[in-house]
Amino acid sequence: FQFIGIEHVVKTLRSVSVDLNNDASLLIDIPDALCERDKVKFTVHTKTTLSSFQKPEFSVPRQHEDFIWLHDTLVETEDYAGLIIPPAPPKPDFESPREKMHKLGEGEATMTKEEYTKMKQELEAEYLAVFKKTVQVHEVFLQRLSSHPVLSKDRNFQIFLEYDQDLSVRRKNAKEMFGGFFKNMVKSADEVLIAGVKEVDDFFEQEKTFLLDYFSKIKEATAKAEKMTRSHKNIADDYIRLSATLNSLSAEESTNYYIIKFCLKLFQNFLRVCLKKVEGRVASDEELKLTELLRYYMRDIQAAKDLLYRRARALADYENSNKALDKARLKGKDVSQAEEHQKRCLQKFDTLSESGKKELTNFKARRVVAFRKNLVEMAELEVKHAKNNMTLLQGCIELLSGN
Amino acid sequence: MASSSERSPPPFPDTEDQDVLDSEEVGGRDSDEDDGEELFMSASNTPLTKQDTPTSPDSQASDLMEDLSVGPPSSQTEKSAASSSPEEFVDLTNNLESRVAAESSSPEPSDEFFDILGSETQKVEVEASVKADSGAPQSKASSRPEKGLFGEPDEDLFGGPLGAMSKKTTENEGKSGTAKAAGPTFSKPTEPADIFTEEAAATTVPRTSNTVNSKANGVHSEEDLFTEATVELSLDSPRSSRKNEETSKPSASSSSSSLSAPARQAKPPPAALEELEDEEEAELEDKFDVLVSVKDPEKVGDGMNAYMAYKVSTETTLPMFRNKLFTVRRRFSDFLGLYEKLSEKHGPNGLIVPPPPEKSILGMTKVKVGKEDSSSADFVERRRGALERYLQRVVNHPLLLQDPDVREFLEKDELPRAVSTQTLSGAGFLKMINKATDAVSKMTIKMNESDAWFEEKLQEVESADQHFRKLHALVESLVVHRKELSLNTANFAKSAAMLGSAEDNTALSRALSQLAEVEDKIEQLHQDQAAYDTFSFAELIADYIRLLGAVRGSFDHRIKAWQRWQDAQAMLQKKRETEAKLLWANKPDKLQQAKDEIVEWEARVTQFERDFERVSATVRKEVLRFEKQRTKNFKRQITKYLELLLQSQQQLIKYWEAFLPEAKAIA
Repeated sequence: FQFIGIEHVVKTLRSVSVDLNNDASLLIDIPDALCERDKVKFTVHTKTTLSSFQKPEFSVPRQHEDFIWLHDTLVETEDYAGLIIPPAPPKPDFESPREKMHKLGEGEATMTKEEYTKMKQELEAEYLAVFKKTVQVHEVFLQRLSSHPVLSKDRNFQIFLEYDQDLSVRRKNAKEMFGGFFKNMVKSADEVLIAGVKEVDDFFEQEKTFLLDYFSKIKEATAKAEKMTRSHKNIADDYIRLSATLNSLSAEESTNYYIIKFCLKLFQNFLRVCLKKVEGRVASDEELKLTELLRYYMRDIQAAKDLLYRRARALADYENSNKALDKARLKGKDVSQAEEHQKRCLQKFDTLSESGKKELTNFKARRVVAFRKNLVEMAELEVKHAKNNMTLLQGCIELLSGN
Repeated sequence: MASSSERSPPPFPDTEDQDVLDSEEVGGRDSDEDDGEELFMSASNTPLTKQDTPTSPDSQASDLMEDLSVGPPSSQTEKSAASSSPEEFVDLTNNLESRVAAESSSPEPSDEFFDILGSETQKVEVEASVKADSGAPQSKASSRPEKGLFGEPDEDLFGGPLGAMSKKTTENEGKSGTAKAAGPTFSKPTEPADIFTEEAAATTVPRTSNTVNSKANGVHSEEDLFTEATVELSLDSPRSSRKNEETSKPSASSSSSSLSAPARQAKPPPAALEELEDEEEAELEDKFDVLVSVKDPEKVGDGMNAYMAYKVSTETTLPMFRNKLFTVRRRFSDFLGLYEKLSEKHGPNGLIVPPPPEKSILGMTKVKVGKEDSSSADFVERRRGALERYLQRVVNHPLLLQDPDVREFLEKDELPRAVSTQTLSGAGFLKMINKATDAVSKMTIKMNESDAWFEEKLQEVESADQHFRKLHALVESLVVHRKELSLNTANFAKSAAMLGSAEDNTALSRALSQLAEVEDKIEQLHQDQAAYDTFSFAELIADYIRLLGAVRGSFDHRIKAWQRWQDAQAMLQKKRETEAKLLWANKPDKLQQAKDEIVEWEARVTQFERDFERVSATVRKEVLRFEKQRTKNFKRQITKYLELLLQSQQQLIKYWEAFLPEAKAIA
């Protein structure tokens, strides 16, 4: 079950971000990863036909920080301002299963041995699933880059893939962290400032309102879906414990009472096989199909919003340069310089608008396809699980009434 | 004998040879019943004060007796005629009026007893009551007739009923009449025997009772049946029956309660157990003869004095009830009161009395305060269900069903307020103390278990109890989580709908709002599921935890019986030593007393040993019954639960399958 579960996780996650073109010129995957304390070492495996790479196939070790670095450099590259930079993978979080494991260790004395073993198995499976999921989000990030016509050609990206030594990216120090925070603040303030700039393009105007609205909605939906999934998991946990208790109860029930024993055993089996597993599956499927989808698109929309911000910034710059040009003309000083600047700004803004428009349209199509795929899959899985449950339940009821 | 007036449990009525007692009792019972009947009749008219014991009925009693000896049919009429006059009898009932009325109804099924429980039941009752009766008056009075009876041939003993009856009546009235009453018995030994044969034929019996019937109200007629039944049954004069007297003893101190004692004791006779088992087997297979439902919980009153009242409807095919369908209103404390009565009566005999749901100050306070939130509605519904199951268990128990209190509870319009159940009442406090002492004695009594079966069972019960408790906690947490899930699903549904409205792709927007709808429905499903978890699963387990407590209680009663026996043995040993000492010291004057005492204690030891054996047998049977029922019940409940789960899964499939085309339509 564990194994299947994880395979399942892997496959499902790949579908979260669909619309990766089937271009076989650059194929990236993470076949392996190693967890060392807080660090996770991913093995990034690349297969390519592109001449820009020295070898057609190679593997390099990378850490989560390397991915962040790659993402940041992409964001900071001026040329990509008109692109939606794929959202960086979230930091690996093993806290929850670790904490649970810890709790389980503390509660060992209060549990029967069997119960403990079961819970432990469950937790190990969960831990493994989280681990695999982490690997997958990193993989998806790279795959989105590789499938992007512009980003796949990025030098840093290629270095990231090819350089066979440790990238030894410096971890951000406190000052930089603060800087990043400060930058975010400035950005937010700036967003407010430039909000007053009159939009010249209806498409972007609409897109802006849409994305802002959509973002807040999807953020909420994600939070709610996460909660829902968590409570589903709680229920699955309850089933495990119930099943274990029933099991020990049926084991201890005197042998004279075969029927009770039988009942309990059956019930326990039912719980174990059906509810725990299926409920757990429902939870993990919901997690993967729905929550993960929402989560991913939440981040993606953030990236799209960033794009809009950059464009708006460019627009504001352009307008400022217009004003500066007017001033310069008025004063008759540095006119050509201002003209130059204004021209550059306009050009920048135009490129941004153009590529932004393309990116956003792409994004929309990608989103719809991804939602469709995931929702269909989720509905199918839900039906499948419910049917499984039903068959099991019917079997149990028949067995019970037959005795 | 002196001890007979005490209320404490161990006193033993007579030092005389037990056999004599037995045979005497056989007769005595009869008279007792007659008395009882008269009592009941007159009781309804004129409740007077107790302890008022004139000698006049003396003659009346003997008259009665003579009438009886002439033949049953006539005696019946005579009896009923007589019944109106002696207010003395009435005295005895005094405050127990209602009880008496109930008692009178209890023997009603006596004709059923013939088939179902067999004669033993009745026998036991007979002796028990006689014991009680003979114990009631002071020692000298009662011992005398016994001596007289002693040595008489069997026929005489059968004649005994009549004689004893007179004796008995007199005893009840006062001490004076005893000797006189005893006399007639011997003078007419053959007559009663005839009566017996007649009654054994049992054809005349109902008729005579009917004549009485016409005068008294319906309930009383049963008393006659009962009387006759006991007479007939006492033919095979049982020895085992003595046990009951010890229980009835305390009550014997007041003659009024001694009357109720027989009915009480009637329930748990050991010998009837085989029949009991058969019957319950049949019962298990069959539909229940009595279906009880508890409905319409309703808050009565305001503030902290408010209480919940429930409608208790009974549907039955049993002839013992007046109607096929009847409904009464009962408040929660009435249910508890019924349990108190039942456990007091039947607990010491090893019966597993189904326990009602506990009082819950917290839950009830919420209801009282009147917060109309879901948790208090949940609480009320849980309790309603628990009360219904509790009551159903009571009526499913073949012996408890026969209990007058049960019938009264089901049938009578107004019940006296059950006071002892009040949370903070003095009675409650006393009960608490009793429980505490019980707990202490439970710890201190070290019983070397002779019967491996009990040891094994007790262990089993204890481990099952533990497991069930754990299970219950788990199911409760499951319910909590399920409710959480339901809430979270609802929240998600809302935000999915919002997301759908924000989405600019029409098909996707539609699909998202469809998803919201599906999640909404699923939320309802989760909510229902939480209710199933609670009501079909958690409550089932809670019930079993309560029942296991009752099972343990029956084990405790058995140990108490054992302890009594051991104590008596120790006492006997002491007495013997005293005797030896006296013998050695050559004190003949005291020696006789010591010897008497030894005889007395020997009798007690035998008595208590039998008691213990009887309780053991009952407990064993009861535990088997409990297990059988549990198995059945568990199976039924689990099947039900699974079916409910199945239903919700089917719904789930429906919902998602309906959603699927919507998702596929996204483009």
